[in-house]
Amino acid sequence: METFTSDGALPGTAAASPAARGRGGARLHRFANPGRFLRLSGRVLPWLIGAAVLALGVGLPWALFFSPPDWQQGETVRILHVHVPMAWLAMGGYAGLAIGSFVALVWRHPLADLACRELSPVGATVTALCLATGSIWGRPMWGTWWVWDARLTSVLVLFFLWLGHAALVRAFEDPERGARMGAILALVGAVNLPVVKFSVDWWNTLHQPASVTRIGAPALHADILYPLLVCALGFTLAFAALVLARTRAAVMERRVRALQTAAAWRAEAGGAA
Amino acid sequence: MTRKRRRLNVLLLCGLGLGSATALTLTAFQDNLVFFRSPSDIAREAPPPNRAFRLGGLVENGSLQREAGPDGRPAARFRVTDGASTLSVTYAGILPDLFREGQGVVALGTMGPDGSFRASEVLARHDETYMPPEVADALKRSGHWNPAEGGAPPAASWNRLDPETRPARAAGGGSDGG
Repeated sequence: METFTSDGALPGTAAASPAARGRGGARLHRFANPGRFLRLSGRVLPWLIGAAVLALGVGLPWALFFSPPDWQQGETVRILHVHVPMAWLAMGGYAGLAIGSFVALVWRHPLADLACRELSPVGATVTALCLATGSIWGRPMWGTWWVWDARLTSVLVLFFLWLGHAALVRAFEDPERGARMGAILALVGAVNLPVVKFSVDWWNTLHQPASVTRIGAPALHADILYPLLVCALGFTLAFAALVLARTRAAVMERRVRALQTAAAWRAEAGGAA
Repeated sequence: MTRKRRRLNVLLLCGLGLGSATALTLTAFQDNLVFFRSPSDIAREAPPPNRAFRLGGLVENGSLQREAGPDGRPAARFRVTDGASTLSVTYAGILPDLFREGQGVVALGTMGPDGSFRASEVLARHDETYMPPEVADALKRSGHWNPAEGGAPPAASWNRLDPETRPARAAGGGSDGG
């Protein structure tokens, strides 16, 4: 099986792999074809970047200059417009990593392995930004940079999971083996996601409960909520564009390496003859 | 059963096992995972003196007295309530900006011999509501909300309130602390 999946990175061979002929998996494996992925993603990427620039171009000035301050937090509340999208991306991105790892483990999807590998450094970055902006916000409002309450601690664990995944998939001589180990780590770490989300409801914490994703009306005034949603959309599009661009680069890199290996083989075979 | 099917089943089974193990562990540690204890918890089971713990609740309306401590540092005396019980707190030091009556606080300290809580650190704990100053002023003026008595009214009643339609601009801005 392993040789087939690594051959999949060579042009045109993935569609013919035995996995592609499995029932139900055929539709999924259409997108495992690296050639088709490169064509499709090449067409989508410019639009993704354009939409991200547009949404952030509207959302950030709106949030940072034109939205009202909070009645008790004053101007400091504007950190919300970066902190909350980063927190959503840290968790949503990890859910994506878990799904990608699941697909990679069950269907031995080489593209899912590559996408997961390229996702984790970006995920670690947004989680670090979430922690940093939260800390900067906590100092003036709560009176402390950091406390070991359930929300903050579980997000720190999420950050370590991202870092651990990024390191683990790169720690093996055989990339296939690294991808498998990383996928298992990602799936085990997924139990942390509900803990992060519900930590503020299950236990008493210094961090306040959810304002937007809660039962009932959002606890933000519309003038603060709408710029937040536009910023969140913009950051999400930028995140997707970044991961897609990284995955494209990884596919091309693997293809170059496969071609070089093939050329070296041919040269060796020719020299021996 | 194909190999794919087998891998799928193994993964789902592992997920189920890991999920239940985590749920059981977290349930077992429920009592140890508290960040702070409420005045009711303390009334029910007072921690031994000199044992540091965190106390959480709302600053009771009308209970805050600011004074200068013996060494000239600012000091404060207030009561923390969770509705059912209250506990008086003394603290020497600078209170966070968000500290006011009706605000959530988490204080670290020990029980004194006189049954009051001696805080060595006081953190403000704000709720999940965010609103422009004009909207807060409009709510306060219309008598729907007194921040010194607790949290804001249900979000649906104010999160679309147009601040411009109320003659609240003049008062605007600034925190109405204390």
